[in-house]
Amino acid sequence: MSSKELSATEPTGEEDWDLVIDGSSHSWRLGLRELAGFKDLLFLFVKRDFVTFYKQTVLGPLWFFIQPLLKVGIYYVIFARIAGVPTDGVPPILFYITGLTFWEYFASSWKKTSETFLENQHIFGKVYFPRLVVPLSVMISNAVKLGIQFLLFALFWLLYYFSGADISLKAEALLLPFYVLLIAVMGLGAGLIVTSLTTRYRDLKFLLDTLIQLLMYLSPILYPLELAEGIFRKLLLLNPMTSVLEAIKYSFLGTGVFDWRYLTYSCVFALILFVCGLLVFNRTERNFIDTV
Amino acid sequence: MRRKALEIVEVSKQYRLGEFGTGTLSHDLKRWSSKVRGKGDPYAMVGEENRRDLKGGDYVLALRDISFSVEEGEVLGIIGKNGAGKSTLLKLLSRVTRPSKGKIRARGRIASLLEVGTGMHPELTGRENVYLNGAILGMSQSEIRAKFDDIVEFSGCTRYVDTPVKRYSSGMKVRLGFAVAAFLEPEILIVDEVLAVGDAEFQRRAIGKMKDVTGSGDRTVLFVSHNMAAVNSLCSRALLLKNGMLHYDGSPESTINRYLEESSSEKDMSKLRDRKGNGVVKVIAVDVQGEQPGQSPQSGQPFALKFKIDNSAMLASKDLRFDLRIDDYLGQRVAWLSTSLLDARADGAPGEITFAVERLNLTAGLYYVTLYLEAKGEVSDWIQNAFSFEVNEGDYYGTGRLAPMNQTNVLMDFKVAYHV
Repeated sequence: MSSKELSATEPTGEEDWDLVIDGSSHSWRLGLRELAGFKDLLFLFVKRDFVTFYKQTVLGPLWFFIQPLLKVGIYYVIFARIAGVPTDGVPPILFYITGLTFWEYFASSWKKTSETFLENQHIFGKVYFPRLVVPLSVMISNAVKLGIQFLLFALFWLLYYFSGADISLKAEALLLPFYVLLIAVMGLGAGLIVTSLTTRYRDLKFLLDTLIQLLMYLSPILYPLELAEGIFRKLLLLNPMTSVLEAIKYSFLGTGVFDWRYLTYSCVFALILFVCGLLVFNRTERNFIDTV
Repeated sequence: MRRKALEIVEVSKQYRLGEFGTGTLSHDLKRWSSKVRGKGDPYAMVGEENRRDLKGGDYVLALRDISFSVEEGEVLGIIGKNGAGKSTLLKLLSRVTRPSKGKIRARGRIASLLEVGTGMHPELTGRENVYLNGAILGMSQSEIRAKFDDIVEFSGCTRYVDTPVKRYSSGMKVRLGFAVAAFLEPEILIVDEVLAVGDAEFQRRAIGKMKDVTGSGDRTVLFVSHNMAAVNSLCSRALLLKNGMLHYDGSPESTINRYLEESSSEKDMSKLRDRKGNGVVKVIAVDVQGEQPGQSPQSGQPFALKFKIDNSAMLASKDLRFDLRIDDYLGQRVAWLSTSLLDARADGAPGEITFAVERLNLTAGLYYVTLYLEAKGEVSDWIQNAFSFEVNEGDYYGTGRLAPMNQTNVLMDFKVAYHV
């Protein structure tokens, strides 16, 4: 008891200290200012991701191109050749590459940030740094990968454009940074929520892959939104990725639906997801090492 | 008076025991529902004293109302048995986890050497890992660049700096990790047992580095160790933790003495099955003592074996004969001690027998003891290899030179004289 009285009467206030950890406080402070001091670490994590990606591979960085090409090839065979799903008059390969390039950014951001706590528990259990550095570094490396894959998309676009395919570039293509940001915020927000929950309920780890796969088929990537009718169309529009993917296809291919109402819905959705994610993540990082 | 660098006020840490399975969700829901109704956490602080040998509830208090403060420049040792709460305390201070209750306040940057080499990536080279590891520990790029050569030199990995770390030996990895950590310059440094890594040569360098840090007087250091000699020589004050509570706070010597007194090394013998004899008188326990109770024996230092015996037959000492047969780890007999060789007697029925050696003349190593107890000329209790004890290296001849272990087990007093 005596030490409590002592600390209460002590002249030094809380402001005098650099660091105050209070076990009983439940503040929602995010500590974003502290985060700025760790930008070197952020940069090094991004660098580590890239350097280790192709170490000990023969083809090296070429894998950034080969992986998506293989995927597109498979979808081409199954959806365009065997199932004969129409692609709005756009050559199927270009149609798929457009959707997949941006979908992959969303999916890999979501998946990788969802692994934050479980994959890094050995580091988090020993040293402290703002935990948000890890998911942010994932977002940055994924954005760089998106940049690389965008080159592939541009290459195919030019190829088809000059061979006379029926595609056109719209002024809305200038909104590209906005599209990317919107996708990033959604991916990060969803990832922060999932990683926080998996520290306690490991079940989500198994569900996530299926969920992402399901969402992909519920997005207009391998077929145009126009093809969907009735309840299925409503379901598609509930998916916040739909409006962005359609807007991107409209901007670059000239076929697709560009609608600000749908885009506003996605923005609100993304913002709510992101804020919730940030708050839950912040709560979890304090004690997760005890329960993980 | 110097400013306080660190202040810990009534800090407790509660852990949940057992598996996290189906119970978690229902606990979470109960906790949530009582929070909504404005009641306290139903599971808060139901933990009891952290005794690992007792069965109790699902929650345990690893730390219980700990309060202390550290002044700037002070080197504070923290000692205690395994499970006393040392590591938990360090985890709280290094912000890996938060206290369940109480406050921690600090001035300046806190860095911990909880485990070295954290976050090293096997595919990256030594150079890349130094930068990555440094950044994880809170150094900026320019800081690392400035110290890079010193770090690599200290680690002794200069030749391999551009080789992936996965090709390093485990010793090299540890050395590189420690080197990075050793060049951190935080205001408050937390050190946990890092001196236990590496070979003897590296340990000497590590202790030297620690002495530089602690000697400079402007750095506050918290040092957790089982190495009492290191605590004694490096620290200016020490805390003793026991079962999650702050048990003693004082000078390193007094704290260490307190710790050694309480950690008796008594071994229970009463449950040994593999024994012969009629059992009239039996050995119940033995306490191996070095220079001080609780300390392990050392060559050249006082040594004692203290036996407790069950003498319910109330036999007198003249009716008893007690032999100790000491073998080395290969089973070679090195000594035979027996009460029958000496004249010691006691009035009444003894309950304890102590064999004491003024200067232990055994070299470092593990020794096995066979006990042989005779009552009134008949075998009463005979236990083959009843227990073992370890002798630590010691300066028997007072010259700082040691007899090679593979040459001899027994050290003999001798003199050398030259005649010209």
